[in-house]
Amino acid sequence: MTDIAGSATRVADIQAAYLAQARSKRVMNLILIVIFAALLIAGFRTADRRNAGGFWDGLPNILDFPADVIGEAIERAHLLPGYLIKYLPSLIETINIAGASTLLGAMAGLVMSLLVTRGLGPVPWLVGPLRRVLDILRAVPEIVIALVLIFMLGGGPVPAMIAIALHTTGALGKLFSEVNENASLRPVEGLASVGATWTQRMLLGVVPQVAPNYLSYALLRFEINIRASAILGFVGAGGIGYDLRNTMSWGAGKFDEAAAIFLLLFLSIVAVDQMSSILRHRLTHGAKPGEIHR
Amino acid sequence: MLSFDKVTKSFGANTAVQAASFTVDRPMMIGIIGRSGAGKSTLLRILNRLTDATTGAITFEGMNVTALRGSAKRNWQAQCAMIFQQFNLVPRMDVVSNVLHGTLNRRSTLTSMFNLFPDADITRAIDILDRLGIAEHAPKRAEALSGGQQQRVAIARALMQDPRLILADEPIASLDPMNAQVVMQSLRDIHEQDGRTVIANLHTLDTARQFCDRVIGMRDGRIVFDGTPEQLTTGVARDIYGADASFSEAATSTRIETLGTTRPRRPEPAEAL
Repeated sequence: MTDIAGSATRVADIQAAYLAQARSKRVMNLILIVIFAALLIAGFRTADRRNAGGFWDGLPNILDFPADVIGEAIERAHLLPGYLIKYLPSLIETINIAGASTLLGAMAGLVMSLLVTRGLGPVPWLVGPLRRVLDILRAVPEIVIALVLIFMLGGGPVPAMIAIALHTTGALGKLFSEVNENASLRPVEGLASVGATWTQRMLLGVVPQVAPNYLSYALLRFEINIRASAILGFVGAGGIGYDLRNTMSWGAGKFDEAAAIFLLLFLSIVAVDQMSSILRHRLTHGAKPGEIHR
Repeated sequence: MLSFDKVTKSFGANTAVQAASFTVDRPMMIGIIGRSGAGKSTLLRILNRLTDATTGAITFEGMNVTALRGSAKRNWQAQCAMIFQQFNLVPRMDVVSNVLHGTLNRRSTLTSMFNLFPDADITRAIDILDRLGIAEHAPKRAEALSGGQQQRVAIARALMQDPRLILADEPIASLDPMNAQVVMQSLRDIHEQDGRTVIANLHTLDTARQFCDRVIGMRDGRIVFDGTPEQLTTGVARDIYGADASFSEAATSTRIETLGTTRPRRPEPAEAL
């Protein structure tokens, strides 16, 4: 009897303790939500006061530019195929810049990511400093690096490519190392047990586990880099961005060409996205049997 | 009470379950045995509506379960709890929260998003955990528990649903013999004390014999045996498993006692309690 009574009080204790914990968690959550909402509202009001034109007054005009572009594009839709062909070479240049910088950045990012993952990096004390290097690569805007390089090397695609590759290294190095952290260490231990070197362990033990994630991050980065290299065209790095700046600065009446360029950029992003899902699917599920020989 | 009428499930060219028909007229504990890939899991998943049957119908007290849609389907799932081989708990949430997930069908998405469960439910969840002997693990994360304890948390989640049926898909396949015994005994107790029907997929014959009132044998998607444990002779078992004369029950046993002996012993009913 005493035993049953003892177990009943024990359960009551557990219930009381858990309920107290649950209540304090609820109070904390409520406080956090109130603070969050207050900050959000206060921040918005401050930003609205400091806005030059006034947020609410400007809000209805927000769609004016897209409406102009689309309106003119529809008006002169028959010219669109010609524009698409006209700007295709610049698009290819832009995609080339993005492709080359993604490839270089991803390769450098892969090496960096393995060096800065705790538990995988061969030199533990280098993990911190190398992470700071990645932070610096991400912190400096690529447009600044591109401007400096254009000043030194002259305008053209190469400075843009280097600038984007440096930023990509920083971004992918961080993302890849987060993927590496979630990789199972068992295959690595298995390879260590047969006497494999660090490089072998990484290439054969870690990379096969994380390759699908690497690929999807790299292809997402490729999309971002297409847009980035288009922006760098604005500062003289060539490609479709240069044409976009010109067509937009020609002003109303010439927006149909700008629309054609936006369309080209949109189509290339869609193409990369589709390619990404197909490649990822093949990498995670393997090629369909028989498909290889076709 | 519950009846299967020619339930068939095909995956492309493969048929996982072929015209399965049986009737359960009163609450009992049923064991489904058969080789891996015999269609046992698919059968339970069709009953819980995690998988849709290709043809055929399941009726529970006059309600056509296979035709339910939307909230009616989720309501049925709440009455028909499922226990999985790999526990399927949320590893990073604490044990009580995992058990409280059993009430999600009755809770709104907004309150469950902020983990706001009534105090009465929390008290009941801990009572259920105590019934299964793991109340002291209540505030721990589910992933910190051993396999046997996690499976008991999963059973507690099932009980929290206050279900009419409990389905257990290989509940002891990833547990050691001691924990397997504890988990099966818990399921048996739930059946006997609460009068709930328990349907368990088992791949060991002696567990089915020891704990179940009725055994259904499946082979290649078909029901090839349906009877009491006494009717399940070694010859019938060989047919179910498609094995030859070298097959012995000890080969599929997880019981400690059978490791040294050749024939498992069926305990007296009193012992099973």
